[in-house]
Amino acid sequence: MNIFRNIFKNNMFIFLVLIFGFSASANSAEGTTFKNLKPGFSFEGPFGKFDKESLKRGYQVYSEVCSSCHGLKQLSFRNLSQPGGPEFSIERVKEIASEYSITDGFDEYGEPLERSMLPSDRFPRPYGSKEEAKGANNGAYPPDLSLIVKARADGYNYLYSLLKGYEEEIPEDLDIGDLSYNPWYPGGAIAMYQPLYDESVEYEDGTPATIDQMSYDVANFLTWAAEPTMEERKRLGFIVMGFLIIFVILMYLSVSRLFRDVH
Amino acid sequence: MTDTNDNQDPSRRDFLYITTAVFGATGAASVAWPLIDQLNPSASVSALSSIEADISSIPEGGSMKVAWRGKPIFIRRRTKEEIELAEKEDSLNLPHPEKDLDRVKNKEWLVVVGVCTHLGCVPIADSGDFGGWFCPCHGSHYDISGRIRKGPAPTNLEIPPYEFVSENIIKIG
Amino acid sequence: MNHDYQYTPKNGFSKWLDKRLPLMRFADENLLSFPTPKNLNYFYTFGFILTMCLVTQIITGIVLAMHYVPNTSLAFDSIEHIMRDVNYGWLIRYMHSNGASMFFLAVFIHMFRGLYYGSYKEPREIIWILGVVIFLLMIITGFMGYVLPWGQMSFWGATVITNLVATIPVIGEPVLTLLLGGYSVDNPTLNRFFSLHYLLPFVIFGVVILHIWALHVTGNNNPTGIEVKDSKDTISFHPYYTVKDLFAYVVFLLMFCYFIFYNPNILGHPDNYIEADPMLTPAHIVPEWYLLPFYAILRAVPDKLMGVLLMFGSIVVLFFLPWLDTMKVKSARYRPLYKIFFLFFVIFCLLLGYLGAKPPEGIYLLLSRVSTIYYFAFFLVIMPILSRIEKPSPMPIGISNPATNNTSDSGGGVSGTPSYAMDSK
Repeated sequence: MNIFRNIFKNNMFIFLVLIFGFSASANSAEGTTFKNLKPGFSFEGPFGKFDKESLKRGYQVYSEVCSSCHGLKQLSFRNLSQPGGPEFSIERVKEIASEYSITDGFDEYGEPLERSMLPSDRFPRPYGSKEEAKGANNGAYPPDLSLIVKARADGYNYLYSLLKGYEEEIPEDLDIGDLSYNPWYPGGAIAMYQPLYDESVEYEDGTPATIDQMSYDVANFLTWAAEPTMEERKRLGFIVMGFLIIFVILMYLSVSRLFRDVH
Repeated sequence: MTDTNDNQDPSRRDFLYITTAVFGATGAASVAWPLIDQLNPSASVSALSSIEADISSIPEGGSMKVAWRGKPIFIRRRTKEEIELAEKEDSLNLPHPEKDLDRVKNKEWLVVVGVCTHLGCVPIADSGDFGGWFCPCHGSHYDISGRIRKGPAPTNLEIPPYEFVSENIIKIG
Repeated sequence: MNHDYQYTPKNGFSKWLDKRLPLMRFADENLLSFPTPKNLNYFYTFGFILTMCLVTQIITGIVLAMHYVPNTSLAFDSIEHIMRDVNYGWLIRYMHSNGASMFFLAVFIHMFRGLYYGSYKEPREIIWILGVVIFLLMIITGFMGYVLPWGQMSFWGATVITNLVATIPVIGEPVLTLLLGGYSVDNPTLNRFFSLHYLLPFVIFGVVILHIWALHVTGNNNPTGIEVKDSKDTISFHPYYTVKDLFAYVVFLLMFCYFIFYNPNILGHPDNYIEADPMLTPAHIVPEWYLLPFYAILRAVPDKLMGVLLMFGSIVVLFFLPWLDTMKVKSARYRPLYKIFFLFFVIFCLLLGYLGAKPPEGIYLLLSRVSTIYYFAFFLVIMPILSRIEKPSPMPIGISNPATNNTSDSGGGVSGTPSYAMDSK
């Protein structure tokens, strides 16, 4: 019966491993036809950091291509200059913001006033309401992109694959009506037309704007947009885990010392 | 508890326990900081901690009201007569003595926090006996430099931190 | 229980206080000098870990409540405000969401410990029953808490589970309307869930105090299942178990912090980062991982009402354990048959958890039914039968005495008396 005692001694670790495993399987990507492409992003891993130049390019793709239909409502312009992100200069951010205007306040006749946007303002919404958005897009609502990477399993790889993944040839047995075919989209029929073509954007830093490059950059940017504090989280994690490892060793030694004279 | 082990190296035992305790205390204190710092203004609030006001459209003798940190700011473009009057009144026996020059960066522009220093009401412009503001709540009169002249308010209208970012833009805060 | 030791106040202030409100005495008798079996293993540290989990959830929760808005049009955005703008908001939010998972992980291990070592048996029935009450309160609290972010899973999980109330005959529908404050999960529901989610942890705290009080009346069980006989069997709680508990907690913290800092969303569902949409049902509605076993039981049963009854029944049956398993030998260490059935019980519980996330069809449905049957059979059939027929393996005479008695002797002589029959309380 010692076998059982040994197994049970390790039960705690079995529990944890099994729970890890079950939760991972419970979270596995549902409904994707293909496995996501994994180009490898600089922010992956416990010491990952964002590639700032890629973030800047990704923002350019978002603002020139995506923002006409997709909002970014959880972010403000000032986020573009804060540490841990694309880190545009404050002057550049003011410039970007001032290109948009917003209704704010009333004049002495009670008429609404317009002013140009400030860094503290949120990104402008492409549509006044969800219904208007649907109406302008054949009944399909273009989702807000602030959290899209966290709202999809394996989000950044999925986005990258999806944006690159449009195919002209539609499989014979699939009826997609007037939608577009994208094998990475669950079910294959996606309402969004292919948004990126080679040179859709002229990158400010001169990088060639291939579909692959733009998909990569915008997936990068949207990962940051979904979690702007990621770099700080990993940095703090390193300090905390380091502290805890030393502390756990000290605690273990204390326990051993204390219990030496018991029994 | 047997003594043999302890007697052999009491200092090492103590060192271990003390180090562990110090580590633990440091850890506990470090956890406390985020819980306290979250009470501080969030990034969205801090972003509004300073504002920029465009003063190009204010005529001489006119004024503008802007909101800063939840409070009204009076920006007044003073006429030559008003500036002269303000400076002349420096030498009077003021309840809260302050020179006009000490209260402005550019004599043409008076920037004050529009909150009465008595109990916090918003004074009315171009009223009162001293050519400045009048607070209707308890009858405080302020002059054209924002100084208290008559009434229960104890101090002059507060000057917020501000600077001229350009000829037409004042940044407050 | 060792009544030889007496607390004596040492200085003037302590003496003064002791006569008026014996706080120091209470702390000394319950936390410092409390005689604890000397052979407790690391499974026994989870009580302390759980207390720390409760405190962590309460503190992080109160802080989050300073920034969260319990209104359907603002809730989701207020959480993003916490994540992005509030200083360390992301940290406090991840501590709270992952802390809930850690809380349940710890409580499952704690409960499995109780099942293995017979900690629910006489004289500890009340400790066990209070524990099941705490577990129920935790489930309700966790369920309501998950609704608050108002994501797709928040809304639809709430819709599915509250709809179960309607399966109760006659009164089901009106009770459901009363609970929801409307005709579907909406703002009134969210608002009241927030209020109750804030309240219940303090109720849990009260029951925890009763739970620990009841424990201190009987004294701790221990891995042998043989009761403490004298002070040779015990050591003072401080410093031995205060330090050991803290060590175990730091190990636990290492795992907790791995999740917070390196994988904060793995235990959740991506769909909850989509704002709730009453017009759009997600492809698969899945509760949080710690509710999956119960969800699997619910869906294993073809009849809706029976499913609900069995789901609640799976927790209610726990209340009756002290009377279902009446074998005097407490610890599975000396119960070779029980040990095997218990191992299968653990495996089936984990399997139920896995199945809870799968669609209820085909092989998954079949396995769910098998697992559910085993779950109830373990308590209602196997335990009572084993109580009657199981022969224990050789047991030590006591905690301090590893010499085994020979239980095949039928009575006669001190060494021949089974040690479990020597317990007196």
